Amino acid sequence: MNLLQLFRIAFTALKLNVLRSVLTMLGIIIGVSAVIVMVSIGEGAKAEVDKQIEAMGGNILLLYNDWNDRMAGGTGAVAKLTDGHAAMMEQEIFGIDAATPIVRSNAQIVAGPLNWRAQVEGTNNGYFITRNWDLAMGRQFTAQELQSGETVVVIGKIIRDELFGASDPIGQTVRVNNFNATVIGVLEEKGPDSRGDEQDDVVVMPLKTVRTRISGVSRNNPDQVSYLEVKGADNVSMNYLKDEITSYLRQAMSVRQDQNDPFRIRDMAETLESRAETQAIFNRLLAAVASVSLVVGGIGIMNIMMVSVTERTREIGLRMAIGAKPDDILNQFLVEAIALCALGGMIGIGLAYAITRIMETSYGMATLINPEIVVISIGFSALIGVFFGYYPALKASRLQPIDALRYE
Amino acid sequence: MTSNRSVIRTEGIKKAYQMGEEVLWALQGVDTHIDQGEFVAVMGPSGSGKSTYMNMIGCLDVVSEGRVFLDDIEVSSLKPDELATVRNQKIGFVFQQFNLLARTSALDNVILPLLYSQIPDSEWKSRAMHCLELVGLAERSGHQPSQLSGGQQQRVAIARALVNDPVMILADEPTGALDTHTTEEIMTLFTELNDQGKTIVLVTHEPDVAAYAKRQMIFRDGSLVADERAENRRSFNIDDYQASA
Ligand SMILES: Nc1ncnc2c1ncn2[C@@H]1O[C@H](COP(=O)(O)OP(=O)(O)OP(=O)(O)O)[C@@H](O)[C@H]1O
Ligand SMILES: [Mg+2]
Repeated sequence: MNLLQLFRIAFTALKLNVLRSVLTMLGIIIGVSAVIVMVSIGEGAKAEVDKQIEAMGGNILLLYNDWNDRMAGGTGAVAKLTDGHAAMMEQEIFGIDAATPIVRSNAQIVAGPLNWRAQVEGTNNGYFITRNWDLAMGRQFTAQELQSGETVVVIGKIIRDELFGASDPIGQTVRVNNFNATVIGVLEEKGPDSRGDEQDDVVVMPLKTVRTRISGVSRNNPDQVSYLEVKGADNVSMNYLKDEITSYLRQAMSVRQDQNDPFRIRDMAETLESRAETQAIFNRLLAAVASVSLVVGGIGIMNIMMVSVTERTREIGLRMAIGAKPDDILNQFLVEAIALCALGGMIGIGLAYAITRIMETSYGMATLINPEIVVISIGFSALIGVFFGYYPALKASRLQPIDALRYE
Repeated sequence: MTSNRSVIRTEGIKKAYQMGEEVLWALQGVDTHIDQGEFVAVMGPSGSGKSTYMNMIGCLDVVSEGRVFLDDIEVSSLKPDELATVRNQKIGFVFQQFNLLARTSALDNVILPLLYSQIPDSEWKSRAMHCLELVGLAERSGHQPSQLSGGQQQRVAIARALVNDPVMILADEPTGALDTHTTEEIMTLFTELNDQGKTIVLVTHEPDVAAYAKRQMIFRDGSLVADERAENRRSFNIDDYQASA
């Protein structure tokens, strides 16, 4: 008898008791789909991060003032990051493509009868490089506009949609808090970031404009910025760049040897990756817990196979009487258990696929079912079939033909 | 009538069953010899060891003592796998309770022994159909057991017993669950098969059924007490043996 015939016999037997077969498979179905869903959430988060890092253009360092340190030091006169630092770093440090100063604030934007509260970022044209962000229409800032802090804005997709709809916003005037500004460009759409915050809900202006007209100038540190963004060259190591920037800034800010850095440097890709990694580990843990239900499912299979062997003792006796060898009987019941598990595994995969689709479409969660995990889970459930099906099958094959035939 | 080729030979076979403390000897030394083409009825009171004897020569159970030869092979020394092969190739069983697979077509029931044979699966269907024709059920090949009468079910079982072209057919009370009319039909079928040369051994309690056979073996208390062929059976009376049960 070949394997195909064994599977035919197995499926015939399972078909005779469809409801029982399905109920038996339920444990495997739930186990497999839970494992795959958990793993695919983790994988999806990782894939999403890779996409974001790519969108970021890689190699981005975020430099911001360390406010904690100021409280610890208590002097109140700690140096702050400035736009001057950005300009100097771009020139002095090898391997920096762009260093962009950003002053962050927010403002009420009004166009005709419509208004919108938006995030405002005061910066220069380096912003479009470090953010890896092109304009959908219009132009960047001119040197003149940056120099004298003119009232011009580049707006994000959401602002454009909210305030202008389908009409052309370029050259239009918007009211920002209490002054008028001219729209000179519209940013391309970027979508939400890894936290789900909308990146397109933003208004970009010359740094000087924001500082003088919106955020106000700090008395102690008039050149202070909210943060600096540094884009490293493609072939430069981020750790090297961090070291270079740290030593440059410590010197530029005249920090004493025994003092901590008054700033923090964050590697954006690293941060995103480690967050995704944490999530993936967490999900793998959940998958491990879910796989316990696979074992429970396996025990269910064993239980039902025992019942099935007892119920079909006379059939076993008959098969032996007409020539089935003990191994034929063993194989028959083993294949039946494997078929149950493998079928359960496949249904589980289908279910997992459906669940991940729902999570993506209804809840916007990123998921990724990779083929590996599908193969592994089918293999694993077949293995469970072998493991838990073996004992009942062995029991069946050890029956004496005459005892089995006589069984009532 | 009988050729010289031996199908069954038993030499002093004994079978012991342990019943708690006691040992029960279901067979206590039985010597028999059955040639090819014979039609044997095994008779005797209940508990006399008829079924036990059938199980021994049918390779379904192993003897405690003595030797069994089937087709000149000593089967009493074979391992389970070899016994399975012998049963598959040389014996066709017919049971009182038919023992057909439920919810499985007559054709598939007849094919069952072929699953465990060396016969290529391309021949399975035609062989099974041929056997169903022999028992007159060709047009019912798609029916499941529950859709067939008792007599028809037993015919399917006989077709199944024939499908591997065995050297003998063993039937333990094949008409025990059938009415008189159906019994006659089945016995006529057995007679036809025997006329075609099949060796048949059947167990029965009914003299009417035994009358179809050409030879009768009578068991009592685990021993063979009479063994007579039809031609010199004039003085033979089954009731002499039944009464003392
Ligand atoms: N598996 C067994 N365990 C214990 N004793 C058994 C077993 N099988 C048969 N026996 C005993 O062996 C004896 C012979 O039994 P057997 O089944 O051969 O009788 P039989 O002639 O076929 O009877 P019947 O006409 O009722 O079918 C009986 O006493 C029975 O109780
Ligand atoms: Mg009996």
